[in-house]
Amino acid sequence: MDKKEEIELISGVNVLKCMRCGKCSGTCPSYDEMEYHPHQFVYMVETGNIDPLINSESLYRCLSCFACVERCPRGVEPAKVIEAVRLSAIRQKGANHLKAEQVPELIDDDVPQQLLVSAFRKYSK
Amino acid sequence: MIYSYYPGCTLKNKAADLDMYARQSAAALGFELREIEEWQCCGGVYPMAKDEIATKLSSVRNLNDAKMHGQSLVTLCSACHNVIKQVNNDMRTNEDIRTRANNYLKLDEPYNGETEVLHYLEVLRDVIGFDAVKEKVTNPLKGKKIAAYYGCLLLRPGSVLKMDDPENPSIMEDLIKAMGATPVVYPMRNECCGGYLSLEDKPAVAKRRETIVNSAKDFGCDCIITACPLCMYNLKKNESGVPVYYFTELLADALGLKAASEETA
Repeated sequence: MDKKEEIELISGVNVLKCMRCGKCSGTCPSYDEMEYHPHQFVYMVETGNIDPLINSESLYRCLSCFACVERCPRGVEPAKVIEAVRLSAIRQKGANHLKAEQVPELIDDDVPQQLLVSAFRKYSK
Repeated sequence: MIYSYYPGCTLKNKAADLDMYARQSAAALGFELREIEEWQCCGGVYPMAKDEIATKLSSVRNLNDAKMHGQSLVTLCSACHNVIKQVNNDMRTNEDIRTRANNYLKLDEPYNGETEVLHYLEVLRDVIGFDAVKEKVTNPLKGKKIAAYYGCLLLRPGSVLKMDDPENPSIMEDLIKAMGATPVVYPMRNECCGGYLSLEDKPAVAKRRETIVNSAKDFGCDCIITACPLCMYNLKKNESGVPVYYFTELLADALGLKAASEETA
Protein backbone atom coordinates (compact mmCIF):
# COMPACT_ATOMS: atom_id res chain seq x y z
CA MET A 1 0.00 0.00 0.00
CA ASP A 2 1.43 3.41 -0.87
CA LYS A 3 1.11 6.48 1.32
CA LYS A 4 -1.83 7.85 -0.62
CA GLU A 5 -3.80 4.64 -0.19
CA GLU A 6 -2.91 4.57 3.49
CA ILE A 7 -4.21 8.13 3.99
CA GLU A 8 -7.41 7.32 2.10
CA LEU A 9 -7.93 4.20 4.19
CA ILE A 10 -7.38 5.92 7.55
CA SER A 11 -9.45 8.98 6.67
CA GLY A 12 -12.19 7.41 4.61
CA VAL A 13 -12.02 10.57 2.48
CA ASN A 14 -12.29 10.70 -1.31
CA VAL A 15 -9.99 13.62 -2.12
CA LEU A 16 -11.25 13.66 -5.73
CA LYS A 17 -14.47 15.28 -4.50
CA CYS A 18 -12.55 18.52 -3.85
CA MET A 19 -13.40 21.35 -6.29
CA ARG A 20 -10.60 23.61 -5.00
CA CYS A 21 -12.76 26.44 -3.67
CA GLY A 22 -10.49 27.00 -0.68
CA LYS A 23 -13.31 27.45 1.81
CA CYS A 24 -11.65 25.02 4.24
CA SER A 25 -8.56 27.18 4.46
CA GLY A 26 -10.62 30.36 4.51
CA THR A 27 -12.46 29.21 7.62
CA CYS A 28 -9.54 27.50 9.41
CA PRO A 29 -8.71 29.16 12.77
CA SER A 30 -5.11 27.94 12.49
CA TYR A 31 -4.56 29.25 8.96
CA ASP A 32 -2.00 31.91 9.92
CA GLU A 33 0.20 29.45 11.76
CA MET A 34 0.20 26.74 9.10
CA GLU A 35 2.91 26.02 6.54
CA TYR A 36 0.49 23.85 4.56
CA HIS A 37 -3.17 24.82 4.71
CA PRO A 38 -6.20 22.50 4.69
CA HIS A 39 -6.83 22.81 0.94
CA GLN A 40 -3.16 22.00 0.31
CA PHE A 41 -3.41 18.85 2.43
CA VAL A 42 -6.28 17.68 0.25
CA TYR A 43 -4.51 18.54 -3.03
CA MET A 44 -1.12 17.13 -2.00
CA VAL A 45 -2.69 13.85 -0.93
CA GLU A 46 -4.52 13.73 -4.26
CA THR A 47 -1.24 14.16 -6.15
CA GLY A 48 0.67 11.80 -3.86
CA ASN A 49 3.01 14.55 -2.64
CA ILE A 50 2.70 13.46 0.99
CA ASP A 51 6.23 13.48 2.47
CA PRO A 52 6.33 17.29 2.90
CA LEU A 53 3.08 17.06 4.88
CA ILE A 54 4.35 14.27 7.13
CA ASN A 55 7.40 16.32 8.00
CA SER A 56 5.51 19.58 8.59
CA GLU A 57 4.56 21.12 11.94
CA SER A 58 1.23 22.00 10.31
CA LEU A 59 0.08 18.52 11.35
CA TYR A 60 -0.10 19.71 14.95
CA ARG A 61 -1.99 22.90 14.14
CA CYS A 62 -5.32 21.30 13.29
CA LEU A 63 -7.66 21.89 16.25
CA SER A 64 -10.31 19.31 15.32
CA CYS A 65 -12.82 22.17 15.44
CA PHE A 66 -14.70 20.73 12.42
CA ALA A 67 -15.10 24.15 10.79
CA CYS A 68 -13.76 22.83 7.48
CA VAL A 69 -15.85 19.66 7.80
CA GLU A 70 -19.01 21.68 8.39
CA ARG A 71 -18.39 24.28 5.70
CA CYS A 72 -16.98 22.27 2.80
CA PRO A 73 -19.60 22.50 0.02
CA ARG A 74 -18.51 19.10 -1.34
CA GLY A 75 -18.39 17.14 1.92
CA VAL A 76 -14.68 16.40 1.55
CA GLU A 77 -13.95 16.61 5.31
CA PRO A 78 -10.41 18.03 5.11
CA ALA A 79 -9.83 17.61 8.89
CA LYS A 80 -10.00 13.85 8.40
CA VAL A 81 -7.26 14.03 5.78
CA ILE A 82 -5.03 16.04 8.14
CA GLU A 83 -5.78 13.59 10.96
CA ALA A 84 -4.82 10.65 8.75
CA VAL A 85 -1.52 12.22 7.70
CA ARG A 86 -0.76 13.06 11.34
CA LEU A 87 -1.48 9.48 12.41
CA SER A 88 0.68 8.19 9.59
CA ALA A 89 3.48 10.26 11.15
CA ILE A 90 3.03 9.60 14.88
CA ARG A 91 2.22 5.92 14.53
CA GLN A 92 5.84 5.36 13.62
CA LYS A 93 8.08 4.24 16.46
CA GLY A 94 9.53 7.13 18.45
CA ALA A 95 7.60 9.76 16.47
CA ASN A 96 5.37 11.07 19.26
CA HIS A 97 5.03 14.82 19.03
CA LEU A 98 4.36 15.30 22.76
CA LYS A 99 6.18 13.39 25.49
CA ALA A 100 5.01 13.18 29.08
CA GLU A 101 8.31 14.61 30.40
CA GLN A 102 7.66 17.86 28.50
CA VAL A 103 4.32 18.50 30.19
CA PRO A 104 5.32 19.99 33.59
CA GLU A 105 7.01 22.99 32.01
CA LEU A 106 4.08 23.63 29.67
CA ILE A 107 1.28 23.87 32.23
CA ASP A 108 0.06 26.19 34.97
CA ASP A 109 -2.23 25.61 37.96
CA ASP A 110 -5.42 26.33 36.02
CA VAL A 111 -4.90 23.90 33.15
CA PRO A 112 -8.01 21.74 32.78
CA GLN A 113 -7.49 17.99 32.54
CA GLN A 114 -9.31 18.15 29.22
CA LEU A 115 -6.41 20.09 27.72
CA LEU A 116 -3.85 17.39 28.53
CA VAL A 117 -6.10 14.52 27.53
CA SER A 118 -6.84 16.19 24.19
CA ALA A 119 -3.23 17.09 23.49
CA PHE A 120 -2.06 13.55 24.16
CA ARG A 121 -4.71 12.12 21.92
CA LYS A 122 -3.69 14.41 19.08
CA TYR A 123 0.06 14.39 19.53
CA SER A 124 1.05 10.93 20.77
CA LYS A 125 0.47 7.23 20.32
CA MET B 1 -36.99 11.70 35.19
CA ILE B 2 -33.68 9.95 35.70
CA TYR B 3 -30.84 10.24 33.21
CA SER B 4 -27.51 8.50 33.05
CA TYR B 5 -24.91 11.21 33.45
CA TYR B 6 -21.37 11.36 32.14
CA PRO B 7 -19.37 14.08 33.93
CA GLY B 8 -15.94 13.43 32.40
CA CYS B 9 -12.47 14.09 33.80
CA THR B 10 -12.46 17.87 34.07
CA LEU B 11 -15.81 18.17 35.83
CA LYS B 12 -14.32 16.16 38.67
CA ASN B 13 -11.40 18.56 38.94
CA LYS B 14 -10.88 22.02 37.45
CA ALA B 15 -14.47 22.42 36.31
CA ALA B 16 -16.15 21.17 39.48
CA ASP B 17 -18.44 24.24 39.42
CA LEU B 18 -19.81 23.34 36.00
CA ASP B 19 -20.88 19.99 37.47
CA MET B 20 -22.10 21.19 40.87
CA TYR B 21 -24.38 23.93 39.54
CA ALA B 22 -25.73 21.54 36.90
CA ARG B 23 -26.73 18.99 39.53
CA GLN B 24 -28.31 21.65 41.77
CA SER B 25 -30.24 23.12 38.86
CA ALA B 26 -31.37 19.70 37.65
CA ALA B 27 -32.80 18.92 41.09
CA ALA B 28 -34.64 22.25 41.15
CA LEU B 29 -36.03 21.63 37.66
CA GLY B 30 -37.17 18.11 38.44
CA PHE B 31 -34.71 15.76 36.80
CA GLU B 32 -32.04 13.54 38.27
CA LEU B 33 -28.56 12.83 37.00
CA ARG B 34 -27.34 9.32 37.82
CA GLU B 35 -23.61 9.31 37.43
CA ILE B 36 -22.39 6.31 35.46
CA GLU B 37 -20.43 3.95 37.66
CA GLU B 38 -16.80 3.54 36.71
CA TRP B 39 -17.08 5.85 33.73
CA GLN B 40 -14.00 6.20 31.60
CA CYS B 41 -12.45 9.32 30.10
CA CYS B 42 -13.70 10.03 26.57
CA GLY B 43 -10.24 11.12 25.39
CA GLY B 44 -11.19 14.76 24.79
CA VAL B 45 -11.08 14.68 20.99
CA TYR B 46 -13.17 12.52 18.68
CA PRO B 47 -10.91 9.95 17.00
CA MET B 48 -11.64 10.58 13.34
CA ALA B 49 -9.58 7.70 11.94
CA LYS B 50 -11.73 4.99 10.41
CA ASP B 51 -9.21 2.28 11.37
CA GLU B 52 -9.03 3.14 15.11
CA ILE B 53 -11.08 1.15 17.59
CA ALA B 54 -9.19 1.39 20.90
CA THR B 55 -9.70 5.15 21.19
CA LYS B 56 -13.47 4.73 20.76
CA LEU B 57 -13.99 1.98 23.32
CA SER B 58 -14.33 4.13 26.44
CA SER B 59 -17.22 6.01 24.84
CA VAL B 60 -18.88 2.73 23.90
CA ARG B 61 -18.58 1.44 27.48
CA ASN B 62 -20.23 4.63 28.79
CA LEU B 63 -22.97 4.43 26.17
CA ASN B 64 -23.61 0.79 26.94
CA ASP B 65 -23.92 1.50 30.67
CA ALA B 66 -26.73 3.96 29.91
CA LYS B 67 -28.36 1.40 27.62
CA MET B 68 -28.23 -1.25 30.37
CA HIS B 69 -30.09 1.16 32.66
CA GLY B 70 -32.62 1.97 29.96
CA GLN B 71 -31.74 5.65 30.21
CA SER B 72 -30.65 8.44 27.89
CA LEU B 73 -27.11 9.64 28.46
CA VAL B 74 -26.66 13.28 29.47
CA THR B 75 -23.36 15.09 28.97
CA LEU B 76 -22.27 18.56 29.97
CA CYS B 77 -18.71 19.23 28.82
CA SER B 78 -18.72 20.15 25.12
CA ALA B 79 -15.79 17.85 24.37
CA CYS B 80 -17.31 14.81 26.08
CA HIS B 81 -20.56 15.49 24.29
CA ASN B 82 -18.86 15.73 20.92
CA VAL B 83 -16.78 12.58 21.37
CA ILE B 84 -19.52 10.39 22.79
CA LYS B 85 -22.15 11.54 20.31
CA GLN B 86 -19.86 11.01 17.31
CA VAL B 87 -18.73 7.57 18.51
CA ASN B 88 -22.37 6.66 19.05
CA ASN B 89 -23.04 7.67 15.46
CA ASP B 90 -20.20 5.40 14.32
CA MET B 91 -21.65 2.50 16.29
CA ARG B 92 -25.00 3.08 14.64
CA THR B 93 -23.88 3.69 11.07
CA ASN B 94 -20.43 2.17 10.50
CA GLU B 95 -20.60 -1.61 10.33
CA ASP B 96 -16.84 -2.10 10.39
CA ILE B 97 -16.35 -0.03 13.57
CA ARG B 98 -19.42 -1.58 15.21
CA THR B 99 -18.28 -5.14 14.50
CA ARG B 100 -14.71 -4.63 15.65
CA ALA B 101 -15.66 -2.70 18.80
CA ASN B 102 -18.15 -5.38 19.79
CA ASN B 103 -15.68 -8.15 19.03
CA TYR B 104 -13.28 -6.53 21.42
CA LEU B 105 -15.70 -5.62 24.20
CA LYS B 106 -17.65 -8.90 24.34
CA LEU B 107 -20.61 -7.26 26.06
CA ASP B 108 -23.56 -9.38 27.18
CA GLU B 109 -25.32 -8.19 24.07
CA PRO B 110 -23.74 -6.16 21.24
CA TYR B 111 -23.97 -2.38 21.43
CA ASN B 112 -25.36 -0.92 18.22
CA GLY B 113 -25.73 2.76 19.02
CA GLU B 114 -29.09 2.44 20.80
CA THR B 115 -28.48 5.06 23.50
CA GLU B 116 -29.82 8.57 23.03
CA VAL B 117 -27.12 11.14 23.83
CA LEU B 118 -28.40 14.48 25.09
CA HIS B 119 -26.50 17.54 26.08
CA TYR B 120 -27.75 19.13 29.31
CA LEU B 121 -28.91 22.11 27.24
CA GLU B 122 -31.04 19.79 25.12
CA VAL B 123 -32.72 18.43 28.24
CA LEU B 124 -33.55 21.99 29.25
CA ARG B 125 -34.94 22.84 25.80
CA ASP B 126 -36.59 19.62 24.67
CA VAL B 127 -37.67 17.87 27.87
CA ILE B 128 -38.15 20.52 30.55
CA GLY B 129 -38.82 23.35 28.09
CA PHE B 130 -37.49 26.88 28.38
CA ASP B 131 -40.95 28.15 29.37
CA ALA B 132 -40.91 25.82 32.37
CA VAL B 133 -37.36 26.92 33.21
CA LYS B 134 -38.57 30.52 33.09
CA GLU B 135 -41.37 29.74 35.53
CA LYS B 136 -38.84 28.36 38.02
CA VAL B 137 -36.63 31.45 37.82
CA THR B 138 -36.84 33.31 41.14
CA ASN B 139 -33.87 35.58 40.60
CA PRO B 140 -34.16 36.84 37.02
CA LEU B 141 -30.86 38.15 35.69
CA LYS B 142 -32.54 41.38 34.60
CA GLY B 143 -30.48 43.85 32.61
CA LYS B 144 -27.58 41.45 32.16
CA LYS B 145 -26.31 41.23 28.59
CA ILE B 146 -24.92 37.75 28.09
CA ALA B 147 -22.92 36.50 25.11
CA ALA B 148 -23.22 32.75 24.57
CA TYR B 149 -19.98 31.20 23.36
CA TYR B 150 -20.61 27.92 21.56
CA GLY B 151 -17.10 27.32 20.29
CA CYS B 152 -16.64 24.39 17.99
CA LEU B 153 -17.55 21.16 19.72
CA LEU B 154 -21.15 21.75 20.79
CA LEU B 155 -22.43 22.22 17.26
CA ARG B 156 -20.16 20.51 14.75
CA PRO B 157 -20.45 18.48 12.70
CA GLY B 158 -24.07 19.54 12.57
CA SER B 159 -25.13 16.40 10.67
CA VAL B 160 -24.12 14.26 13.66
CA LEU B 161 -24.49 16.58 16.66
CA LYS B 162 -27.97 17.75 15.59
CA MET B 163 -28.30 20.08 18.55
CA ASP B 164 -28.93 23.28 16.69
CA ASP B 165 -28.23 25.15 13.47
CA PRO B 166 -24.42 24.98 13.43
CA GLU B 167 -24.07 28.42 11.85
CA ASN B 168 -26.94 30.24 13.53
CA PRO B 169 -27.63 28.54 16.86
CA SER B 170 -30.20 29.76 19.37
CA ILE B 171 -30.29 27.21 22.20
CA MET B 172 -28.13 29.19 24.62
CA GLU B 173 -29.70 32.51 23.62
CA ASP B 174 -33.12 31.02 24.42
CA LEU B 175 -31.81 29.87 27.80
CA ILE B 176 -30.46 33.36 28.45
CA LYS B 177 -33.92 34.78 27.73
CA ALA B 178 -35.51 32.21 30.05
CA MET B 179 -33.14 33.35 32.80
CA GLY B 180 -34.45 36.89 32.40
CA ALA B 181 -31.34 38.29 30.74
CA THR B 182 -30.66 39.66 27.26
CA PRO B 183 -28.70 37.54 24.78
CA VAL B 184 -25.92 39.15 22.79
CA VAL B 185 -25.45 37.62 19.33
CA TYR B 186 -21.99 38.18 17.85
CA PRO B 187 -20.07 36.85 14.85
CA MET B 188 -17.38 34.80 16.63
CA ARG B 189 -19.69 32.77 18.86
CA ASN B 190 -19.16 29.50 16.98
CA GLU B 191 -15.48 29.85 16.07
CA CYS B 192 -12.83 27.77 17.84
CA CYS B 193 -10.98 29.23 20.87
CA GLY B 194 -7.71 27.52 19.98
CA GLY B 195 -8.38 24.39 22.03
CA TYR B 196 -5.37 22.32 23.05
CA LEU B 197 -2.98 24.62 21.19
CA SER B 198 -2.64 26.50 24.49
CA LEU B 199 -0.16 23.82 25.55
CA GLU B 200 2.31 24.58 22.78
CA ASP B 201 1.52 28.01 21.42
CA LYS B 202 0.04 30.41 23.94
CA PRO B 203 0.45 33.51 21.70
CA ALA B 204 -1.67 31.90 18.96
CA VAL B 205 -4.41 31.12 21.48
CA ALA B 206 -4.18 34.65 22.92
CA LYS B 207 -4.88 35.98 19.43
CA ARG B 208 -7.95 33.74 19.11
CA ARG B 209 -9.11 34.72 22.60
CA GLU B 210 -8.92 38.46 22.00
CA THR B 211 -10.67 38.16 18.63
CA ILE B 212 -13.54 36.24 20.21
CA VAL B 213 -13.87 38.34 23.37
CA ASN B 214 -13.60 41.62 21.45
CA SER B 215 -16.29 40.43 19.07
CA ALA B 216 -18.62 39.74 22.01
CA LYS B 217 -17.66 43.02 23.69
CA ASP B 218 -18.20 45.06 20.54
CA PHE B 219 -21.76 43.75 20.45
CA GLY B 220 -22.27 44.96 24.01
CA CYS B 221 -21.96 41.99 26.36
CA ASP B 222 -21.37 42.16 30.13
CA CYS B 223 -20.19 38.59 30.33
CA ILE B 224 -19.73 35.38 28.33
CA ILE B 225 -21.07 31.90 29.06
CA THR B 226 -19.69 28.55 27.93
CA ALA B 227 -20.24 24.83 28.44
CA CYS B 228 -16.63 23.86 27.85
CA PRO B 229 -13.78 23.83 30.44
CA LEU B 230 -11.13 24.32 27.76
CA CYS B 231 -12.96 27.32 26.27
CA MET B 232 -13.20 28.65 29.83
CA TYR B 233 -9.45 28.26 30.34
CA ASN B 234 -8.61 29.84 27.00
CA LEU B 235 -11.03 32.77 27.27
CA LYS B 236 -11.14 33.80 30.89
CA LYS B 237 -7.83 35.65 31.15
CA ASN B 238 -8.79 38.14 28.44
CA GLU B 239 -7.32 41.62 28.24
CA SER B 240 -10.72 43.32 28.45
CA GLY B 241 -11.57 41.71 31.77
CA VAL B 242 -14.87 40.35 30.44
CA PRO B 243 -15.99 37.68 32.93
CA VAL B 244 -16.59 34.16 31.60
CA TYR B 245 -19.00 31.83 33.43
CA TYR B 246 -20.19 28.29 33.00
CA PHE B 247 -23.80 28.49 31.85
CA THR B 248 -24.82 26.28 34.78
CA GLU B 249 -23.55 28.84 37.28
CA LEU B 250 -25.82 31.55 35.88
CA LEU B 251 -28.67 29.06 35.65
CA ALA B 252 -28.28 28.19 39.35
CA ASP B 253 -28.13 31.90 40.10
CA ALA B 254 -31.34 32.58 38.18
CA LEU B 255 -33.05 29.66 39.92
CA GLY B 256 -32.17 31.24 43.26
CA LEU B 257 -29.88 28.36 44.20
CA LYS B 258 -26.65 30.28 44.37
CA ALA B 259 -27.82 32.80 46.94
CA ALA B 260 -29.34 29.95 48.96
CA SER B 261 -26.14 27.91 48.95
CA GLU B 262 -24.07 30.97 49.86
CA GLU B 263 -26.33 31.73 52.83
CA THR B 264 -25.91 28.24 54.24
CA ALA B 265 -22.18 28.23 53.51
